[in-house]
Amino acid sequence: MSHRPPKDANEQERLAQQRQAREKLTAHRGMATWGERLVPLGDFHRAAAQAGRTLSGDERRQAREKYLAGAETEMVAPAAGVEGPWSRIAVFGGVYNNHFALESLLEDAHRRGAEAVYCLGDLGGFGPHPEKVRPLLEQGGVRVLQGNYEESLASGREDCNCGYTDPRDNHFATLSYRYTERHCSADFKRWMGRLPRRRRVRVGDRELLLAHGSPRRINEFLFASTAPVPFLEVLVRQSRCDGLLCTHTGLHWHRRLPSGANVVNVGVIGRPANDGATHVWYAMLEAVANGSSGSTRSGELAVELVPLRYDHQALAREMRQEELPEELVETIETGWWTTCLEVLPPKERAASRF
Amino acid sequence: MAEPVIARQSTPEVRLGSLDTLWFQVAGTVCNLACTHCFISCSPTNHTHEGLSLADVERTLDEAAELGVKEYYFTGGEPFLNPDMEAILEATLKVGPASVLTNGLLLDPQRCRRLGALADASDYSLDLRVSLDGYSPEQNDPIRGEGTFERALQGVENLAAAGLNPVLTVTEVHGESSTPEGKERFFALLRSVGIDKPRLKVLPVFQIGAEAERSGAYESWQKLREGDALEGSWDHLQCSSCRMVTDQGVWVCPILVNEPEGKMGEALSDTLGPFPLEHPACWTCHVYGVSCRT
Repeated sequence: MSHRPPKDANEQERLAQQRQAREKLTAHRGMATWGERLVPLGDFHRAAAQAGRTLSGDERRQAREKYLAGAETEMVAPAAGVEGPWSRIAVFGGVYNNHFALESLLEDAHRRGAEAVYCLGDLGGFGPHPEKVRPLLEQGGVRVLQGNYEESLASGREDCNCGYTDPRDNHFATLSYRYTERHCSADFKRWMGRLPRRRRVRVGDRELLLAHGSPRRINEFLFASTAPVPFLEVLVRQSRCDGLLCTHTGLHWHRRLPSGANVVNVGVIGRPANDGATHVWYAMLEAVANGSSGSTRSGELAVELVPLRYDHQALAREMRQEELPEELVETIETGWWTTCLEVLPPKERAASRF
Repeated sequence: MAEPVIARQSTPEVRLGSLDTLWFQVAGTVCNLACTHCFISCSPTNHTHEGLSLADVERTLDEAAELGVKEYYFTGGEPFLNPDMEAILEATLKVGPASVLTNGLLLDPQRCRRLGALADASDYSLDLRVSLDGYSPEQNDPIRGEGTFERALQGVENLAAAGLNPVLTVTEVHGESSTPEGKERFFALLRSVGIDKPRLKVLPVFQIGAEAERSGAYESWQKLREGDALEGSWDHLQCSSCRMVTDQGVWVCPILVNEPEGKMGEALSDTLGPFPLEHPACWTCHVYGVSCRT
């Protein structure tokens, strides 16, 4: 009776594995994989040629129209009346409990002659003392939309619904959310639950749709590098407006589309724009009389993204008093994000320190 | 006497809410590897689907723009086996953001520099996803092939040197990959090749194709029924917002391309209707909350 030494067994196993690997590399010669079966190539190709449906040119046009109109009804339906017309408005998002920046914003917007001030949601998270935000909004006559933070707090969700999978991002997002959740009164949460999710606002003769993430989803991220022009053109057409204003990503941008519509991410006033500077951003929109631009439509819309300084050192002090994580304070003091970076697309991430 | 009423367990349908993500089977099922867990059994000799030409892709991009597509993904097989791949990316990056799912083996320094230049020249993001199935050759190579761990990591390093920050894509063939500790190990591996902002995507395995041979096929109970969805909505499934273009037409999603039943039409406009969630792989997407998106 013989027994093989272990070395030989390993060797044999290795050879068998190599043989199997070689077989795999050539297994499909002349064959197709149909589910788990191997079939002659022609069989799969014939079955595929017969599968699905092929519409005529006219039917395809109708199918496209029907599809685009289907999404449209959802976005247009819940909108109430149109506010305005205004000649100049200030629009901001993402307060993140930063009552210092909110105070500065109200002064700045007033000084610049804003007739109405709009907030696109996300009042809480990140910073200290959530309850200080509401009286400022009310005294300033701010017209507020619901963000995903308000939706989550009002409905008793356990997280902010940003969808992080990175354990570190999740840790800080959860910590922030729980802090805000604990420090908001039940009355404040009910108030959040009653906020509208969209508003239609006229500036000059341009009708704008205001939403938190996007007109179609409260937590959709519209970043500059992943919100392409053809996509935005369809979104604007479906929203039946001349422009879209949103926030949610924390990064401001403005795109004027070939159709003439404006899409603006107004940024946030709660934390800096991940660019190494401590100021924050909001948007001023103004109707300008038709003049030298040679436009065929009257009442062009001027869009200005405005840097806003505020007492960020006072905010940092208050965050430390509240024992909020040092990582979050660092962002306020340096202008670089230290958390929630996972959702940044490659272009925006490349410009980021962390 | 009346027949007893038997509850019919009918197959649910998913509607296309919005066509946000458009996939291209840009290299067909042809790959320079033959991974043992590949859900569509790609290999050097698998021509079930062939590659797409630049002209094929451009034709679809025009239709996609009309429908307001938000992002484009390229997969195979191995996309960089397609000789038109860089021209395809250049054309795509003019109309939107693009992501490429690659095994990393063909990412030599010259190609990485060209990809870096393409990324810089566009307003939109170019993303690369490099697949790996373990923290070591011992874990990875039995799945993906001899020497692939070192070669894929070299590809990642070349991308990093060209200023690109790929997403490491890992399947759950090794269960620990999806734990917080497992994720940290992959982050450390990426840091070791010069990536200071590591990015990771973990995907479950689909028990079809080569993976069915490796770990077993689906069982009959693994099938979606009407009533499985919360509030009756299937909008969490990626097929509610994606389609997949191959050389043989438009499929519902990237997973079912080896099933003729997954094909919905010849042009995108043929495929804007609902799709029956009949396949057991649909069960995996629902139960694990899968999205092939990054």
